[in-house]
Amino acid sequence: MSGPNTDYDPVEVSTLQPEEVEAARDAALAAFAAAGDLEQLKQARLEHAGDRSPLALANREIGALPPQARKEAGQRLGQARGAVNQALAARQAVLEAEHEERMLVEETVDVTVPTDRLPLGARHPITTGSELIADIFVAMGWEVAEGPVIEAEWLNFDALNLGPDHPARTMQDTFWTSPAEDHLVLRTHTSPVQARTMLTREPPIYVVCPGRVFRTDEYDATHSPMFHQVEGLAIDEGISMAHLKGTLDHFATAMFGEGITTRFRPSYFPFTEPSAEVDLVCFVCRGSGLDESGADTCRTCRGEGWIEWGGCGVVNPRVLVACGVDPERYSGFAFGMGIDRTLMFRHGLEDLRALFEGDVRFTTAFGSEL
Amino acid sequence: MKTPVSWIRELVDLPADVTTETLTDRLTALGLKLEAIDAPGAAITGPLVVGRVLTMEPEPQKNGKTINWCSVDVGDANGSGEPQGIVCGAHNFAPGDLVVVVLPGGVLPGGFAISARKTYGHVSAGMICSAAELGLGEDHDGIIVLPADAGEPGDSAFGVLGLDEEIIEFEINPDRAYALSLRGVAREAALGFGVPFHDPAAREVPEPDADGYPVIIDDPEGCPVFAARRVTGFDATAPTPAWMARRIQQAGMRPISLGVDVTNYVMLELGQPIHGYDGDKLDGAIHVRRAAEGERLTTLDGARRVLSSDDLVIVDGSGPIGLAGVMGGASTELSETTTHVVIEAAHWDAVSMFRTGKRHKLSSEAGKRNERGVDPLLPAVAADRVAELLATYGGGTVEPGATLVGVVPSSPTIEIDADLPARISGMPIPAETAVAHLEAVGCAVTVQGERLTVVPPTWRPDVTDPYDLVEEVARVVGYDQVPSVLPREAAGRGLTREQRLRRRVGRLLAGAGCVEVVSFPFVGEQTFDDLGLPPDDVLRRTVTLANPISSEEPSYTTTLLPGLLKAAARNLGRGAPGVALFETGTVAFPVDRGPAPIYGVDLRPSDAELEKLLEVLPRQPLFLAVVLSGESERPGWWGSGRESGWADSIALVRRVASDLGVPLEVVSAAREPWHPGRCARLEVDGVEIGHAGELHPKVCKAFGLPPRSAALELDLDHLMSRAVDVVAGPALSTYPLAKEDVALVVDATTTVAAVEEALREGAGGLLESIRLFDVYTGDQVGAGRKSLAFALRFRAGDRTLTEEETGAARDAAVAVAAARCGAVQR
Ligand SMILES: [Zn+2]
Repeated sequence: MSGPNTDYDPVEVSTLQPEEVEAARDAALAAFAAAGDLEQLKQARLEHAGDRSPLALANREIGALPPQARKEAGQRLGQARGAVNQALAARQAVLEAEHEERMLVEETVDVTVPTDRLPLGARHPITTGSELIADIFVAMGWEVAEGPVIEAEWLNFDALNLGPDHPARTMQDTFWTSPAEDHLVLRTHTSPVQARTMLTREPPIYVVCPGRVFRTDEYDATHSPMFHQVEGLAIDEGISMAHLKGTLDHFATAMFGEGITTRFRPSYFPFTEPSAEVDLVCFVCRGSGLDESGADTCRTCRGEGWIEWGGCGVVNPRVLVACGVDPERYSGFAFGMGIDRTLMFRHGLEDLRALFEGDVRFTTAFGSEL
Repeated sequence: MKTPVSWIRELVDLPADVTTETLTDRLTALGLKLEAIDAPGAAITGPLVVGRVLTMEPEPQKNGKTINWCSVDVGDANGSGEPQGIVCGAHNFAPGDLVVVVLPGGVLPGGFAISARKTYGHVSAGMICSAAELGLGEDHDGIIVLPADAGEPGDSAFGVLGLDEEIIEFEINPDRAYALSLRGVAREAALGFGVPFHDPAAREVPEPDADGYPVIIDDPEGCPVFAARRVTGFDATAPTPAWMARRIQQAGMRPISLGVDVTNYVMLELGQPIHGYDGDKLDGAIHVRRAAEGERLTTLDGARRVLSSDDLVIVDGSGPIGLAGVMGGASTELSETTTHVVIEAAHWDAVSMFRTGKRHKLSSEAGKRNERGVDPLLPAVAADRVAELLATYGGGTVEPGATLVGVVPSSPTIEIDADLPARISGMPIPAETAVAHLEAVGCAVTVQGERLTVVPPTWRPDVTDPYDLVEEVARVVGYDQVPSVLPREAAGRGLTREQRLRRRVGRLLAGAGCVEVVSFPFVGEQTFDDLGLPPDDVLRRTVTLANPISSEEPSYTTTLLPGLLKAAARNLGRGAPGVALFETGTVAFPVDRGPAPIYGVDLRPSDAELEKLLEVLPRQPLFLAVVLSGESERPGWWGSGRESGWADSIALVRRVASDLGVPLEVVSAAREPWHPGRCARLEVDGVEIGHAGELHPKVCKAFGLPPRSAALELDLDHLMSRAVDVVAGPALSTYPLAKEDVALVVDATTTVAAVEEALREGAGGLLESIRLFDVYTGDQVGAGRKSLAFALRFRAGDRTLTEEETGAARDAAVAVAAARCGAVQR
């Protein structure tokens, strides 16, 4: 590098001549413009804006100029270098944008390839269905009660006004544990949970009891020795059939949609009096009994317009007495529905056995909640 | 209960415009549930006519059968008036008999079109019909031979056979025994339409006298009332009138002989079961008493029965002659030669009838009515009605003496508040309406201010309680009038903690790719053998069923694995490349604390009694089980897949326990059905809660699963009981993390858990996490040794750690590992 030299003739520092500076600048601008990609631009940068570029070298010579010439040459050079850097940055931005765009195009994948590396899990529709029902009642302020599957005979039958010689006792073909003198059964309904609740809690009582029950039925498309029920029990002052109707209408609407309500038909259950069968307005044909075309009968309700849903009634005061509830002060209602059966018509299942086979194709079809 | 509409109409003044559908709707609303409306003639189109067989020529055929070439007079029904030539394969008829003929052009049920066709060398112009061919029953034993008074040749057979009638089948609930009769159904119809009812039981009967057949009741509780009448000079071979036979058939019973048909007809009409004895075979007075234990009786069905001292029997001088109210005996049975009939119509104790029927596995039309309760005022009426019909159609004489012994049990008196029906039904029912409706169903009501004193009718033994009266009033008002009102808001506390935890575990497992299964809980010895359980294994001690579905699987299960293993095999068999299944369910372990007590129901059991009841129940904890088999990750364009293995099963438990905040210990163990070298015992606070790992190869084979399938099973109740109740929110430090990795050489038998625990303890409070990231075995560490590489992460809550602090903590950790596990730092 040359040191300051006051005697130096500026005319001889040719690189600082305006023509030279201009030429170097123009050459740089032309080179940048000609660069077709980032690599070429990098080369052009090294050549025209790098440490060894003509303008950089010229810059070093400024110090050799006499003071009066320095300012002018510095300004000239500064302007030229500014223009070069600006052009470089602009070209850089353009090329980078082009590069990115090209990359994005090149990186295109087929998003339709399978991505199911991990199989889906699922809970069983009986579980999620029971939860759906429980949640409807919990939202009304009810609680969920439970009891064991192997149950005392007294709780399954006697306490519910099903004495040993009650004709209804033979209607429910019961699994007994061995020896039968142990007086234990696989509960034939979820009703013993009612009895347990009344025996251990003070009214008011508002509980639903979903659970597994057993009867010695043949195993076929519509029967199973094991199935699931949901039981409801309300015990309070002034409870009537109207409250039962209101509750079941609300349940039906929550479960099957607006406008789906219930009707009662007189029936008989030992643990309720008066007793009723509950029918549900067919949620498919909405009671018309006709299919979508209007020409054929509805498949869900077989043209009835109603679907048999379960049994219900006012809790028989004999049950209240056996379970320690004062029948003079309290009355109650109870109802019971088959969960499996409800799922069958709600989801159009043809064969009950699909629920108990454990085929993952069946279960995963219902998603993670009902 | 099957009832022809015409029979109902005979007893009720139903308006003509009441259709069968309106009728059944109304009866259903009153509590007689419609099962079906049967219109047997609907599937038949004419010409179906009465014919008289003129001649029949048996013609043996090459195929060994003999057919009859018949000429049948069908009047003018065939247009010519000439006899019709018909081939018939049946033989239960003779020339002169009236039969049912379908002529060419007719169509029988099932779309069976009749035409004149050539068969067995004749042109058969029509067909002589059997009951089955007309859809009238299962009777294939021959063609229908009509009673002689059924009609004239050429008459339409529709009316003769009742094919033009509709028959309603009701499902009768146990509390409506009275509706097991036309009397009961018609009474309900009259109630439903508010029209007059003509009670078939309203007939004058002669006063009982001493001239009746002698009857002595030794057990007035079992037999409160016994009526008897006698008919002599009876012709047992006289035909049953066509109308009676038709009604019996329409009601679903089989006409047999006049004597039997009349008793059945009156039973259908009134609901009172009746028995007829051959009076000449009776040996002296009829006694009603309890049987002696072991006493024997041959019943009508030919069965020789050993009686119990709980059975009521009818006895004469010869010994037992009938199982009272359930089935008669063979020795005094009516036969073709009977001329003297002694008619029994008695009222029996329903419970006794139920027990006897159950004990002897006898289900009869009579038993069905007797065990549900019959109107105790009926015996004399029914006996009189039977006597009259036998005399009318059997040509006999009703003897003047009438027996009626015993005392009609009194109906209960029920007192209720007049507003009870309104209060309990929730319907606005004024007291006068309640009274009117109670009276309409047959009750006698006395009004005293706000109280009603009600005596139910004798045919309603089911009405005993105040709420029974509520039901009577409510059903007459109509259940469709019950308003829909939500009860007051209940102050529920939401799901219990355990219920929420259960949902949480299920969601967690489903999120981890497991599919829930619901399986039957029944197992047998074979199941336990397949699991490779030793003979004395605690899981083989089960609660067994007295009446299992399959004798191969008599036990309630002690493990959820069999159901899952079977489901896994089923999925793989159906082409699934792999499955991850889980189930939560209760299992049962016997407690051997004796039988469950049976308490009374007139009073709540005491707390002590209740506790006794609950503690004898089998222990039924909620278990969780998982089975992993085959592919757990799929192969694809991303590379190869992955098979499930022992580590996945342990990872799942850790995941569940960690989510619940339960400190889980995983300990090496050997437990069937797991691989002895790849089984982990799962412990919480030193208590075993289950096992996880790879299944024993023999178990995989026994259940048809691929090798290396893995499983876990644990006591979910126990795990959930240890779940953190309220999580203390963690205070997070944002000071920099200090990393220290150590490689320790230990004996190959030393477990990672032991080394990790030592490091954790030695590292002290600055340690944030510790994680094994590599295991090395080989020349560099020598035989029987392994190198474990751990990543230790340190962080303080209040400062940036210095290198000295971190180094000291690391050295302390290594020192404890060295002291406790003989670890040497590499
Ligand atoms: Zn429908």
